[in-house]
Amino acid sequence: MNLLAFSGLLFGTSVLAGFLGSLTGLGGGVVLVPALALLFKVDIRYAIGASLVSVIATSSGAAVAYVRDGLSNIRVGMFLEIATTVGAVSGAYLATRVSTHWIAVVFGVVLLGSAAASFRQKQDSVPPEAKQGNRMAERLELRGVYPAPGGGEPYTAQRVPLGFAIMLGAGTLSGLLGIGSGAVKVLAMDQAMKLPFKVSTTTSNFMIGVTAAASAGIYLSRGYIDPALAMPVMLGVLGGSLLGTKVLVRAKVATLKSLFALVIVILGCEMIYNGFAGKV
Amino acid sequence: MAHPTDQDLDLAIAGMLRFGVSLAALVVLAGGLLLLGHAWNTLPNYASFHPGGPQLRTLRGIFAGVGRLDARSIIQCGLVLLIATPVARVVFCVAGFARQRDKLYVGVSAFVLAVLIYSLTKG
Repeated sequence: MNLLAFSGLLFGTSVLAGFLGSLTGLGGGVVLVPALALLFKVDIRYAIGASLVSVIATSSGAAVAYVRDGLSNIRVGMFLEIATTVGAVSGAYLATRVSTHWIAVVFGVVLLGSAAASFRQKQDSVPPEAKQGNRMAERLELRGVYPAPGGGEPYTAQRVPLGFAIMLGAGTLSGLLGIGSGAVKVLAMDQAMKLPFKVSTTTSNFMIGVTAAASAGIYLSRGYIDPALAMPVMLGVLGGSLLGTKVLVRAKVATLKSLFALVIVILGCEMIYNGFAGKV
Repeated sequence: MAHPTDQDLDLAIAGMLRFGVSLAALVVLAGGLLLLGHAWNTLPNYASFHPGGPQLRTLRGIFAGVGRLDARSIIQCGLVLLIATPVARVVFCVAGFARQRDKLYVGVSAFVLAVLIYSLTKG
């Protein structure tokens, strides 16, 4: 296969990954790395490099749509980015030291976790716990007003240290695997810190780009970002995800989501098997 | 507008992010077309990892390659622009929090910026 055909196939796969990733809210990176490693037989280090840059592209590209809703919380995001960027730098260093087999196995486990997380219940309101005061959160200005139908509802973050610790983990996974790890970021905010679900997802989107940028420098200087490979992947994922946000309102997402989750489970098992078998 | 609200700050940032991504995508596309124009019939090999030389791994090497109109360097330059976009977002936030006179968050965003700069320069 020559470079033209290879780039064309990669572009097509990336459009699909970006489209499904944005439609289901799972992100494109999570299927991209296994697709590159398993289908295209790309070394996982090149795969995570290409995935990471496309993660930055989709996060920044989607920001305008998210900001219009006025749901993202800039202080919560910035405060937790301390944890995600420090985690991302450690994760990227870790990626250059551990064997690719282990990266594949960890990736597989994260895939299975993301598939499970995609079926979580989402409430469209402020959780009762977030209506209480919290001294640490108040000192750190980690609160906001949720635009509810009957007027704005104030919320305050809870369990800040736990959220911060999970964010360290989210950053490490992002740096190790070249993914946005949006699912873990949302978990930290809505489950641990009891922030409203939509505040968590939109704030997470903002954080993903900054987190990924923190490991991108290390990836670049280690040669993980190959321009000829990253080019079709980044353009494809960006195009696909923008397309996904356009049809988001009209499509019936439930069936698609189950299908996509099934694909992710299969890819996850494949990654774990190939990692242990020493094939990736 | 001495004290911009968070929403104003968010909107300005989002617009900047979109501009950065569009610019990066255009540069990557230009480099990609140039690359496919002359190297379309070469055989790609990504099955094993070779880190490659400094010309695609350091800012100095990349910019020197752009000067020679090297296709891979142009793509890489677009990717560097892309990586710089969220960094610019954090710079924006430092400035925005400073205008809101929020010392705590000037410090928080400056710390995040320091981590990013560390990764991009010392990583």
